[in-house]
Amino acid sequence: MLLENYLMFVAASLAFLVTLGLALARALMGPTVYDRIAAINMFGTKTVLLIAVLAFLSGRMDLLDIALVYALINFIGVVAVLKLVVYGDFHSSGKDITKPVKVDQR
Amino acid sequence: MIDVVINVTLLAFLAITAVAIVRMTDLFAIIMLFGIFSFLSAAMFIVMDAVDVAFTEAAVGAGISTVLMLTTIALTKDHKEKQSGSHRPWLPLTVVLVTGAALVYGTLDIPAFGDLQAPAQMHVAPYYVERSFTETGVPNIVTAVLASYRGFDTLGEVVVIFTAGIAVLLLIGGRRRRSNAVGKEGEENDA
Repeated sequence: MLLENYLMFVAASLAFLVTLGLALARALMGPTVYDRIAAINMFGTKTVLLIAVLAFLSGRMDLLDIALVYALINFIGVVAVLKLVVYGDFHSSGKDITKPVKVDQR
Repeated sequence: MIDVVINVTLLAFLAITAVAIVRMTDLFAIIMLFGIFSFLSAAMFIVMDAVDVAFTEAAVGAGISTVLMLTTIALTKDHKEKQSGSHRPWLPLTVVLVTGAALVYGTLDIPAFGDLQAPAQMHVAPYYVERSFTETGVPNIVTAVLASYRGFDTLGEVVVIFTAGIAVLLLIGGRRRRSNAVGKEGEENDA
């Protein structure tokens, strides 16, 4: 690998680690539910990117597929969590937005 | 070098998350931290080249169990029990310390990480390393073992997990019929 490429990937992975730390801090402090959900979403996204950079760093390109699957899991999980927080269950259709939405702001 | 930095940072994040989970009382925040813990350990598994374990950890830990625990909270409601005044941690702490010391003592005999002479590397592992690609055409050896050599075993595991999933869906979906029935009665009253 070229030295410039290597340094670029190292810098990117360090930046991702810093972002992971910031997202972790927000998940620990986050006063409302939505801060924590945003933090976990950010955490999943940065894990995907970190795995992708690791794939290029170590030359194992099959890790890119794993990163894609992580992105899917992260998206579905966050949608499920949001639906549960807003409606309180999984079987509301979501059409009935005239009802007062139950959100507890902890 | 950068591998070491990533490993150490991820492990530090894991420790911080674990301590925070123990210290917190807000159940929703704890579940979110469980998800973060799963993503962190999955990333560590990836760094250690255990791709299939990392995949399972992300799917089960971050995906399904987060949703299941949130559903449980929604079904049971979030309320705290008052801590009794006579909370004495010494017996459980002693048990945990003794067990941990025994486990650490057990690791002293384990061969070093990646040791060529380790018994785990001597038995059938060379066969898989040499022949799995030509026999199955799967580039990852662990995947070749799981999905090809032990395909029926994996099929059995999938059946077990599928059955467990159906049972959980039945338990969670039980509330839906009742709330639908209540809704129907309400509609009739309106009419």
